[in-house]
Amino acid sequence: MGNKSSLLLREEEIAQIQEETGFTPNQIERLYSRFTSLDKNDCGTLSREDFLRIPELAINPLSERIVHSFFAESHDDRVNFLQFMRVLAHFRPIRKNRENKLNSREEKLRFTFSMYDLDSDGKISRDELLAILHMMVGANISEEQLTSIAERTILEADTNNDQMISFEEFCGALERTDVEQKMSIRFLN
Amino acid sequence: IKPKKERTFVIAAVEFHRVETPFLIGVWIFFASIAKIGFHMAPKLSRMFPESCLLIFVGVLIGALLLSTHSVHVQPLTPDTFFLYMLPPIILDAGYFMPNRLFFDHLGTILLFAVVGTVFNTLTIGASLWACGQTGMFGCTTPLLDMLLFGALISAVDPVAVLAVFEEIHVDEVLYIVVFGESLLNDAVTVVLYHMFEAYTEMGPSRLVYTDILAGLASFLVVAVGGTCIGVVWGFATGLVTRFTHEVRVIEPIFIFVMAYLAYLNAEMFHMSGILAITFCGITMKNYVEANISHKSHTTIKYTMKMLSSSSETIIFMFLGVATVNNNHDWNTWFVLLTIVFCSIFRIIGVYIFSAVANKFRLHKLNRVEKFVMSYGGLRGAVAFALVLLIDPEVVQLQPMFVTTTIAVIYFTVFIQGITIKPLVKILNVKTAEKRKPTMNERIHERCMDHLMAGIEDILGKHGNHHMRDKFKRFDNRFIRPFLLRNYQGAEPKILETYSKLAMKDAIEYMQRNASTI
Repeated sequence: MGNKSSLLLREEEIAQIQEETGFTPNQIERLYSRFTSLDKNDCGTLSREDFLRIPELAINPLSERIVHSFFAESHDDRVNFLQFMRVLAHFRPIRKNRENKLNSREEKLRFTFSMYDLDSDGKISRDELLAILHMMVGANISEEQLTSIAERTILEADTNNDQMISFEEFCGALERTDVEQKMSIRFLN
Repeated sequence: IKPKKERTFVIAAVEFHRVETPFLIGVWIFFASIAKIGFHMAPKLSRMFPESCLLIFVGVLIGALLLSTHSVHVQPLTPDTFFLYMLPPIILDAGYFMPNRLFFDHLGTILLFAVVGTVFNTLTIGASLWACGQTGMFGCTTPLLDMLLFGALISAVDPVAVLAVFEEIHVDEVLYIVVFGESLLNDAVTVVLYHMFEAYTEMGPSRLVYTDILAGLASFLVVAVGGTCIGVVWGFATGLVTRFTHEVRVIEPIFIFVMAYLAYLNAEMFHMSGILAITFCGITMKNYVEANISHKSHTTIKYTMKMLSSSSETIIFMFLGVATVNNNHDWNTWFVLLTIVFCSIFRIIGVYIFSAVANKFRLHKLNRVEKFVMSYGGLRGAVAFALVLLIDPEVVQLQPMFVTTTIAVIYFTVFIQGITIKPLVKILNVKTAEKRKPTMNERIHERCMDHLMAGIEDILGKHGNHHMRDKFKRFDNRFIRPFLLRNYQGAEPKILETYSKLAMKDAIEYMQRNASTI
């Protein structure tokens, strides 16, 4: 516990993260303190268990997928601070004058899309959609009903008749949704 | 034994006084509806003027006719008929069909405008009028408390007028919910400020101590929270009652109307905000009632509610016109002009100050155009008129002048602002909304995004909107829905609802296309 100082962020690290994600130094420091408080083992990285230890997150129906999305880029089962920040950067509000490649509308949509697309083949299949519906809707619904909902959803979005939803079709179906609003968080300074 | 009097059997007789009141009411409603049909048959007219203007105009014509013939001496728009019979249908309609999600997402901004904004307007308008009165330009004494009382009733944005004008122009949903939410929620503030200043005036300024002002603050909390709670409780009760109506489907709609109305009266009984009560009753009951009642009852409720609210609105505007034409006006040019100027100026200043504050906390910043439409959309209407009629002329000598001025302000906002807002929205290129049902994809993916955002908020350890909504939903699904719903169907009723609605639409289309197969 005595080596807290070694966990402090260095100036150039902050600069690099700021460059890459667009967060302000204040926000980075605030998020870093959250990161370290989640990191129970003080090893500078987070594991899946560290995430699932958050009580509210554990009862979120999609918790498994949300946590999974943090590990998309990591090769082992740990997330370091830079990777953590890269994921969070998707949820920064879009400002007109400050363009950033991580929080564009398309990136936000791609992030949601990847929650469905478990095998990352660029398409949502019927089973992948059903899996998410299962998690969200819960147990009281009959299997046939869920299947017909999933089929209808695919039918509605599918423009090239391959019984799957590709990313383009996904964007098309959400054309009129205010994704910029829905998928943004005001990060505190 | 002789009969006392020779009687012949009368074949026909006129007995007007027996049916007078209901007959007159019927005639009023009839004329208002005929006038409304008339406007829609003259498309040029209704494109240029909002309907509310035309209705007031017809009202003035009828009023002039009645005044010149001296035939009917009834004043149709009394505070009691307004608050007890004409206002509740409009507010229930607004609350029941409120886009809940949007409303609660912007609740912070709405409350800021409704509470702080209205207090700000009341105090500034009252104080400036009083200051001008000190110079003697009104030619009468203007006590500070009387001016503040007037400020309280004139500064409340009117839900009826706002709805009437904004429904026609279809502005963007965020803009709409902020202005409209403000007009609904500021009732609590208006009621409190009005009763407070009324009581202060009766007590006289000399006997006013600071505890009275503290009591005013406390009563605001009671009026607002009390009204809301009464509404929510009646809303849950409605949900519970409709759980058991599946054997007698025909009386389903009556519970929705009667229980909402009881909530309103219940709140008014305790001098709490009836508007808040019925709004929240509508918001609460909708979540549970819709799952319990039959599809046909739902359609009935929808159309009855729309019909009641649109006829009330029609009648209110016509009555406003009729009530204008009478002999006891007390026109004071300076007072009227300055009131209009102060109302507009302080509305603009207030909107700019409070939206700057709100923007510090908002994701979607209110931009220049939105601020402008918000300040321009602050219409005054019949609530102000009914409140000014309630003032006792014995206590407040300036009451006749207040009545005339209130009418002038209402005419100014409904006519000048109402007529110009449509072209202005076009010139400023305000985003306009399209109303439609969500598709299956939108419903599912948006829910998925909600869960995602709630998860991210939890990871950040930040208790924002998504976190609160998630918490409420979990509570609702575990403890409330199982008790209020007949068929409790899992955690995502909206997804199922969208699915069955779309399936039904498909089926109807299919039947219409292949009519011969049935």
